[in-house]
Amino acid sequence: MASSDALLPISAREEEPSCPYTKLPDGSRSDPETHPRRRRPYKGLLAVSFGLLLIAFYVALIATQDGSRSNEAANAIDETEKTTSSSRARLAGVSEKSNDGLWKLSGGRNTPAFEWNNSMLSWQRTAFHFQPEENWMNDPNGPLFYKGWYHFFYQYNPNAAVWGDIVWGHAVSRDLIHWVHLPLAMVADQWYDSNGVWTGSATILPDGSIVMLYTGSTDKAVQVQNLAYPEDLNDPLLLKWVKFPGNPVLVPPPGILPKDFRDPTTAWKTPEGKWRITIGSKINKTGISLVYDTTDFKTYEKLDTLLHGVPNTGMWECVDFYPVSKTARKGLDTSVNGPDVKHIVKASMDDTRFDHYAVGTYFESNGTWIPDDPTIDVGMSSSLRYDYGKFYASKTFYDQNKGRRILWSWIGESDSEAADVQKGWSSLQGIPRTVALDTKTGKNLVQSPVEEIKSLRLSSKKFDLELSPGSVVPVDVGTATQLDIEAEFEIKKESLDKFFGDASVVAEAEEFSCEKNGAGSTVRNALGPFGFSVLATESLSEQTPVYFYIAKGKDSKLKTFFCTDTSRSSVANDVIKPIYGSVVPVLKGEKLTMRILVDHSIVEAFGQGGRTCITSRVYPTTAIYGAAKLFLFNNALDATVTASFKVWQMNSAFIHPYSEEAVRALTRT
Amino acid sequence: MKMIVMVMMMMMMSEGSMIDQTCKQTPDFNLCVSLLNSDPRGSSADISGLALILIDKIKVLATKTLNEINGLYKKRPELKQALDQCSRRYKTILNADVPEAIEAISKGVPKFGEDGVIDAGVEASVCEEGFQGKSPLTSLTKSMQNISSVTRAVVRMLL
Repeated sequence: MASSDALLPISAREEEPSCPYTKLPDGSRSDPETHPRRRRPYKGLLAVSFGLLLIAFYVALIATQDGSRSNEAANAIDETEKTTSSSRARLAGVSEKSNDGLWKLSGGRNTPAFEWNNSMLSWQRTAFHFQPEENWMNDPNGPLFYKGWYHFFYQYNPNAAVWGDIVWGHAVSRDLIHWVHLPLAMVADQWYDSNGVWTGSATILPDGSIVMLYTGSTDKAVQVQNLAYPEDLNDPLLLKWVKFPGNPVLVPPPGILPKDFRDPTTAWKTPEGKWRITIGSKINKTGISLVYDTTDFKTYEKLDTLLHGVPNTGMWECVDFYPVSKTARKGLDTSVNGPDVKHIVKASMDDTRFDHYAVGTYFESNGTWIPDDPTIDVGMSSSLRYDYGKFYASKTFYDQNKGRRILWSWIGESDSEAADVQKGWSSLQGIPRTVALDTKTGKNLVQSPVEEIKSLRLSSKKFDLELSPGSVVPVDVGTATQLDIEAEFEIKKESLDKFFGDASVVAEAEEFSCEKNGAGSTVRNALGPFGFSVLATESLSEQTPVYFYIAKGKDSKLKTFFCTDTSRSSVANDVIKPIYGSVVPVLKGEKLTMRILVDHSIVEAFGQGGRTCITSRVYPTTAIYGAAKLFLFNNALDATVTASFKVWQMNSAFIHPYSEEAVRALTRT
Repeated sequence: MKMIVMVMMMMMMSEGSMIDQTCKQTPDFNLCVSLLNSDPRGSSADISGLALILIDKIKVLATKTLNEINGLYKKRPELKQALDQCSRRYKTILNADVPEAIEAISKGVPKFGEDGVIDAGVEASVCEEGFQGKSPLTSLTKSMQNISSVTRAVVRMLL
């Protein structure tokens, strides 16, 4: 990257044309609600009285429709920038319809047609991330720790590498890293879940027993909540599950549509000693979370109040609600409350496929919650996200074994379904992360891969390098497809002084974002970007930079961004290659730190101790096996950066299919 | 009596306008309307139903294109490699994208339906690109891309 020619992206991002019609995902919608409500026309005498109503309705729809269209056209340019990481259609280089209606793929007419071969596809399978042996997986379900084992359940399609026919997969581990697959925990064998055994959560009762609440899609495709529990609490593997004969225990309440009622949470105690849960839903376009109390998990009273709701955020899926300590970086049982505690409300936004959370205060007297900062309320496009990359349907649980709160998340594919079908699988789970409130800022969470992942570390190499402006340095670590990197960066004082003193450096922090202009890491500015390039070929024809970018604000204050640029991660033209990232808080006196886990087709990056996290899926065609290398770069125009870092080779987690020996082997550890 | 007839006519108009209202929010109003009107279920369907009709059109078009591809092996043997790629892509549309979309929309989790519908357009584009400017399938590709983007817009209304 010494010259800007070398920085030109392989798949040149084209100008985003305005798309006045397509409703692009946007957390802050401004178009009015004009979706026509479905209504079967009544025949007969009643019809006469409704006839005039329908006419008036029709006229009103036409009038408001024109208004909404001009709003959409105006919003289209703004909205395009927010969609890069959420839309499968936004394949890098695949532009929206051009004038002649043809979708343009990257590379134009002269690029040889690209085809996946089995060698490239089989490389994509990860070594130490949780994934079933084959087929499709999505949401994490009911994670828990019981009798020495971590349990993980998940949405699984036993029949195909795309979503469908959903049942509950199951696996166990002693350390959240080395897993053994177990037989399916629950299948769609009742009328109340025959169309899908969907997402749910576990609650561990004081007597040590377990209840599982989950959403079933009934034989009439209505979303209901069901109760299940282990058949035998003496079986530490919890192989068999029993469904409560009185299911469903909850059906959509009045005012809630039958397909807007899913993903019940873990329960927590109320001051009256009852159990309380929350379930995400929506009313028109307002995302909400309903609250129910119960003493036995079989009968419930619905509270009149909502836990919370935010207009224009759409359906709230996989709601999560939990306490965090204000004073210590530790986990808290879901029922804990008190003056040293804040509460997190998190939801997965159906419209945008982003997980958002906010820090706030829970009022246990009436089961409501308000955010500390309403300008970044849950689901707003500006609100905080666990992860700025590919990361959805996440769920936490309290690990009573080690006193920490653990975060699981579904990491989907960013490739074509044809490739998923060809390789026979789709989706991963992120490495479980501890999550806690950032006690230094008090305003955001921090996440970190669980400590146990260090047991996979093999040999390591330590480096201390000085990177002059414009340098690109190969880092010799041998194979570079399974790595754990911990790095610290510092900008030399003289460079910083010069930067602050230079009046010609334009204030741009307010306008900068990682995704902007598609230039990503190729941009060259006074203070960066600088960082690593992973899964890179020797010639950098394919590479995935993970980097810091420092911009100057109008007040001359520095603003630091942490990004991952996948736009050149592969020459393939049928994969999505967004540039992900966000601003990362850097406090006075802190060095810039990053941690990166590389595991074949997934890269997990943690900025500033996990204040900003980015998970990416990448599908290189040549930067695979022995040809994948690691580089360090500094694109700054003038600043010299010192990098002090350690790189470990990572072992496989040897995730095993189910067998008695495999279970026994884990028991011995 | 006349009042009843007039009101019944107005009701029929407003039934037709469900398709109109929906199609106005898609990138290709005329295509959307013609596809939905050509199906007898169109006049009484809700938005889910309209989405399912459109997905059916994707299925029909994919089948037609696959037949065309099969016929081309004999007529244009020099295109074998590109045709193999296209065959795989269109089979994905039929065997993966369409069933996924139908199940997702029927069960009220439209986001998976959106994924399947978008992918149908992607697969068609990738197949087209394989001919490097000399595709014998261009008009079928364009149809799939257009239907896919119209269908996607309708599916997004369900989110």
